[in-house]
Amino acid sequence: MKHICTWGGILVIVMASVVGDILMARAMKQVGDVHVLWRRSGLWAVVGRILGNPNFFLGLMAMTLAFFSLLFALSWGDVSLVAPAAASLTFIGNAFAARIFLHEKVDRRRWIAALLVAGGVALLAG
Amino acid sequence: MTLRKYLVLAGVTVFAAAGDSMLSHGMKQTGNISLHHLQSVILAVRNPWVLIGILLLLAFFAAYMNALSWADLTYVLPATSLGYVLLALVARFVLHEQVSPLRWLGIALISGGVGFVAGGPALTSHAHHDSIPEHEMRDSAIAVSGGKS
Repeated sequence: MKHICTWGGILVIVMASVVGDILMARAMKQVGDVHVLWRRSGLWAVVGRILGNPNFFLGLMAMTLAFFSLLFALSWGDVSLVAPAAASLTFIGNAFAARIFLHEKVDRRRWIAALLVAGGVALLAG
Repeated sequence: MTLRKYLVLAGVTVFAAAGDSMLSHGMKQTGNISLHHLQSVILAVRNPWVLIGILLLLAFFAAYMNALSWADLTYVLPATSLGYVLLALVARFVLHEQVSPLRWLGIALISGGVGFVAGGPALTSHAHHDSIPEHEMRDSAIAVSGGKS
């Protein structure tokens, strides 16, 4: 039973993280390069554009859910399983989701990178 | 890629690593949180380590959003993973802790992965940011300054 709870927790963390990252990346692409925007229109224009973006708030909600579900899972799950599993599965999930939803060109170079990083994170945190 | 952009990516790396370690240090002091005692989350926030960790994670968040505005998600993410490498190096050379061969392998894998991504372009998706419509920028600037006065 505890096993199912732990993996269920990991699944919730990974899904919330991926949704949060994708929405946040989309929001910031809609806002545009903040360095350029800042130089042209000032800091308040940057803040205004970010706070006026609905994807930003949805992403923030998903990231908050991911943060608290990680906090909960770490307090009752096996830390040496939850932390590395959630982190490395999030890297893989993000590579898929970025390709599908953000139309990023996840070429062979980036796939190899995602797999290497996911493997490395699993080894380091384990 | 300008120096400023590399500094933003460095900020993403360092703030994430420092924030995570402060938070985990603090959470070990506060102990278990269960669904039946939600108020223990509030207690956890009153721990100074947790508080510093949250502040550092906010700084991470600002740097992360900055990076996402001019680079792909799949380009920025490996930068955050360099933080794990940083933590392991600090553990070995500053805290003089034992780092197992498996962990060194993990460090090598992450570094290799980051090297792969860093060699490629930062942005491959539609370049929205190159073409922020002028009128839209002016509108948002007016809306913000108008809201203030």
